Amino acid sequence: MGSTLIDDLFIFMLACFIGFEVIRHVSPLLHTPLMSLTNALDAIAVVGAIVLVGEKKSGFATVLGVIAIVAATSNVVGGFLITDRMLRMFKTSRPAAKKP
Amino acid sequence: MTDFAGSQYVIEVVYLVASALFILSLKWMSSPATARHGILAGEIGMVLAIGGTLLRHGIVDWKWVIIALVLGSGIGIPLGMVQMTAVPQRTALSHAFGALCVTLVGTAEFYLRSPDVPKFMMSVLSMEVILGGLTFTGSLMAAGKLQEVLPQRPITYKGQNLVNLLLFTVAVASAVYLVLHPGARQLFPLVVGISLAIGVLLVIPIGGADMPTVISLLNSYAGLSAAAMGFVLNSKLLIIAGALDGSSGFILSVIMSKAMNRSFTNVLFGAFGQVQAAAAGGQEAKPVRSATAEEAAAILAAANKVVIVPGYGMAVAQAQHKVRELYDALTKKGVDVRFAIHPVAGRMPGHMNVLLAEADIPYDRLIEMEEINGDFPQTDVALIIGANDVTNPAARADQSSPIFGMPILDVDKAHTVMVIKRGMSPGFAGIDNPLYYLDRTLMLFGDAKQFVGGIVRELGGGH
Repeated sequence: MGSTLIDDLFIFMLACFIGFEVIRHVSPLLHTPLMSLTNALDAIAVVGAIVLVGEKKSGFATVLGVIAIVAATSNVVGGFLITDRMLRMFKTSRPAAKKP
Repeated sequence: MTDFAGSQYVIEVVYLVASALFILSLKWMSSPATARHGILAGEIGMVLAIGGTLLRHGIVDWKWVIIALVLGSGIGIPLGMVQMTAVPQRTALSHAFGALCVTLVGTAEFYLRSPDVPKFMMSVLSMEVILGGLTFTGSLMAAGKLQEVLPQRPITYKGQNLVNLLLFTVAVASAVYLVLHPGARQLFPLVVGISLAIGVLLVIPIGGADMPTVISLLNSYAGLSAAAMGFVLNSKLLIIAGALDGSSGFILSVIMSKAMNRSFTNVLFGAFGQVQAAAAGGQEAKPVRSATAEEAAAILAAANKVVIVPGYGMAVAQAQHKVRELYDALTKKGVDVRFAIHPVAGRMPGHMNVLLAEADIPYDRLIEMEEINGDFPQTDVALIIGANDVTNPAARADQSSPIFGMPILDVDKAHTVMVIKRGMSPGFAGIDNPLYYLDRTLMLFGDAKQFVGGIVRELGGGH
């Protein structure tokens, strides 16, 4: 692949700034769902585990990889599920139609 | 089938779209009105990324990948369906799972690549397994404490910080040696093992009241370890997702430590439970005024403005649905009822908001500390349900108090203060609360759920 270490560091730095800016605007009301959502997104690490298992590099790697996929997938599924359940509960007392 | 030219580019583009969706997903979390779009965006991004990976050139073993994906989903569904009161421990557990995945992949990658590991690669790989390892066991400990399978009291011993520091130094030194001599495979288990031990030791001395900070910090570590994994695997998607999670956890940790009046370095180095070496003594029996549900109901019904202050005790007693009934009964009588939410009320950031939302209390009634504090002097009744330290006026006035300087809800400025509490025993932090001895304070002794239920009955029957 064409990318270098420095490219990756630039991406990391920019992503951190975007993260700070975006998260700063999250209402404290939603801090719990925020945490379960970032947790689900973080489980994208499953991609690395899939490659590890799929490329069948060694028996040892496959065993670790399978456990890793199970752990991360449970975060993906459970994380999105519970975040959605929580957000569905947040209702306002004002009728939605009234406020423009 | 994936051998066609350019498939690698297609996958990279899929990852690019997924990254954009992840950022949008968090952006839409800024308001409850758009937050559910955020989940959809996140889900689409996730499906794209996993789908794209499965198409990758070089994936030959499908069987185990599919089995593991199905098994993980099977575990994920019950974890997504837990009760709202169990959300803090579920969150801690999911931090543990995320960190486990990262640590295992890092370990496997090391043994596949060693001894030909470039220096930078080895550095990020060490960071990945150190952060991943300590987050894994630390989060498990936190989940155990929150689920009450482990003792919730802080466990402290002499030289605790020294031991932690020493272990950390050994882990880092071994990692540095590995960077210079990546062939020294026998050192790798040591690095992983010490990291796992540090996780346990870091969380052992932490009491329940510090959990919001710890969970946020572990969240941040989990994200950073995933970002480190992204460097190892040269996956930009993973770097971005890890950075987003890491910064989110970091921001929450800063908010939480400010709300606890802890310096951030204090939090970073894990010296959480330290301040709580309880100020013993001063336990002479001072008189308090108590009241029955009937009396409390009469005062509440006569009020114009009521502010309810929920705390962890409300969660423990599962009283949120009764509180909703109280809210309904008072609102029907024309009383203005709002809720004052301290940032560290409960066991994780936003804990109270979720419980009250679960009980169908409209979120525009849930007011943050800074916004509501100015309103307490015009408040007729402040009703405290299962909160303690976050209402302790000693934090404002008493320099010798262990929580001096912590921002609190100024409930003592309300005309009448009512505190629902099981008994006079001090809270988690073991600090006496002068609020209870004020002339304007009425203690309502009993279980939060039953007592609130009693008030609701009185309100319904009385008029």
